[in-house]
Amino acid sequence: MKETKVLTEHYDKEEYRFLEGYQKWGGYSMLRKALKMKPGDIVEMVKASGLRGRGGAGFPTGVKWGFLPKNGEPRYLLCNADEGEPGTFKDRLIMERAPHQLIEGMLIAAYAIESHKSYIYVRGEYNYPIRVLEKALEEAYQAGLLGRNILGSGFHHDMDIYRGAGAYICGEETGLISSLEGYKGQPKLKPPFPAVQGYLKKPTIVNNVETLAAVVIILRDGPEGYRKYGTEKSPGTKIFSLSGNVLRPGNYEVPLGFPLKDLIFGLGGGIPNGHQLKAVIPGGSSAPVLTAEEAMRATLDYECLANMGTMLGSGAVIVLDDRQCMVDCLGNLMHFYHHESCGQCTPCREGTGWLDKITQRILSGQGQPADVDLLFKVADNMKGRTICALSDAAALPVMSFVTKFRDEFDYYVHNGKSKVKGKVLAHAQMYH
Amino acid sequence: MFALSPEGLERVKKEMRRYETKQSAIIPALYIAQQENNGWISDEVIDYLSRVMEIPAAQINEVFKFYTMFNQKPVGRYHVQVCGTLSCHVNGAPELIEFLCRHLGVKLDEMTADGKFTISRVECLGSCGTAPMMQVNDTYYENLTPEKALQILKNLP
Ligand SMILES: Cc1cc2nc3c(=O)[nH]c(=O)nc-3n(C[C@H](O)[C@H](O)[C@H](O)COP(=O)(O)O)c2cc1C
Ligand code: SF4
Ligand code: FES
Repeated sequence: MKETKVLTEHYDKEEYRFLEGYQKWGGYSMLRKALKMKPGDIVEMVKASGLRGRGGAGFPTGVKWGFLPKNGEPRYLLCNADEGEPGTFKDRLIMERAPHQLIEGMLIAAYAIESHKSYIYVRGEYNYPIRVLEKALEEAYQAGLLGRNILGSGFHHDMDIYRGAGAYICGEETGLISSLEGYKGQPKLKPPFPAVQGYLKKPTIVNNVETLAAVVIILRDGPEGYRKYGTEKSPGTKIFSLSGNVLRPGNYEVPLGFPLKDLIFGLGGGIPNGHQLKAVIPGGSSAPVLTAEEAMRATLDYECLANMGTMLGSGAVIVLDDRQCMVDCLGNLMHFYHHESCGQCTPCREGTGWLDKITQRILSGQGQPADVDLLFKVADNMKGRTICALSDAAALPVMSFVTKFRDEFDYYVHNGKSKVKGKVLAHAQMYH
Repeated sequence: MFALSPEGLERVKKEMRRYETKQSAIIPALYIAQQENNGWISDEVIDYLSRVMEIPAAQINEVFKFYTMFNQKPVGRYHVQVCGTLSCHVNGAPELIEFLCRHLGVKLDEMTADGKFTISRVECLGSCGTAPMMQVNDTYYENLTPEKALQILKNLP
């Protein structure tokens, strides 16, 4: 079983991280090509490719770019490199191995949307990727690929890095904008959407790292070439971050529509030490969980996972084997969401607090018989009523865990211990 | 009284010119100040930044409190942040945290008596494929076992 390395074709080459090496493998020739095209034609090309945002929501990229007002108003391009969705580590790969590919994709995007200023908003912990990017930006400025009159085209663009400071919610696009503006990273009510009113109230496009890097491939292969991989509704390849209980965790690039079981058992080498697959979270911690049986039939594309009641999300596949207690895993996630809720909306602030408290109570052996239904009810009340999607992102996993692994929850409540044999859980006070 | 070094102050001034508005320099300024204040931000630091940046202290304070990478109390020279989120959790993070705390004789977020270490449990650091992992100051250490992690800490100067 093999990967389909389109975006990541040259990632194993050390020299690819530097301007000279990147150019040796064809780097920046797509920018040259783009600068000779009409900006609107590039937007149409990206629309025709069917590229969907790789940050989580899967929104068609070209369509989003088309929402910008058609006037000369200054507009910003923001690259979302906050990568905080548990299980996700693919943007880090792109930034570390191919910083110039990201810069080239951003420049093509900026030219297409006629933006003269962009920021790469990187999560604060990514010290090393930031250093690699800083070096790449310096090289690009020196080579006249950034700044005024880029490659003699008359187009000018400045790019800078902004370092976040530890807050998952800053990955949400309007939270990111608040943070970049120098405030708490709290999301803002939509509409207005950022494309109309974003950074400093100016039209703003926020795209994920992987989305922007893929723009280079679309320029190279054209919409049809890009659609050679993937499905009708999920064109192209995507990098999946595989982690959890799997023999060979890591980043794997495969065509969308790739069977999940081939990712886990083929590329990933299967479950370690003869254990059995129990469950899979297919799209980052916010995606509802799949049972082993469902996982064996799932394919990694937006439509199949949506049909199965879950989502492709950021492409983070978290594998859980039969040693894991589902109550414990849910407790771990609820602690995360409670910690990360920005607290603006009552259903989210209170709801994540309750979900955390109830799961910890069950885990400590103090669960009440009504707690399992209560979990479900609290989660149900958090859906669709808040400023951003974090509330739903916490609620949906709960409902899927409780529905699909009900027996483990009931057992825990009635017996004060995990149904998984020999499972001694780290204490609730582990969390603080 | 806290004050930045002349170089630190120059860096803050530069950050204030770097973005469209000077508010955007609050996070960078907090980083610079934290570095010069032994790894944490005190009320004095906030007051100082408020004066040199001409931004109300309340506004800087609000930003400071929102982000987990700014420490609200002193931490050891090495801040050991172990990821506890799901992929690390199912690959031995709880045992790792427990082991380090036991061997260094501290509870979570407590500083060792010699001021060298503080151990914290943090959320996903984007290193889930090499779990379990920890970040010590700015550096990631991946594919850990409890023994390996302790050895890494012991080897630090
Ligand atoms: C709570 C929350 C966290 C998010 N975190 C990220 C993130 O870390 N990186 C990212 O690219 N998108 C993240 N998103 C999605 C962004 O809001 C936005 O949809 C995305 O950056 C758009 O880029 P794309 O269309 O290229 O995917 C998050 C959304 C929510 C609700
Ligand atoms: S849903 Fe939660 S995280 Fe999102 S804005 Fe409301 S309180 Fe903040
Ligand atoms: S879960 Fe530990 S680094 Fe992501």
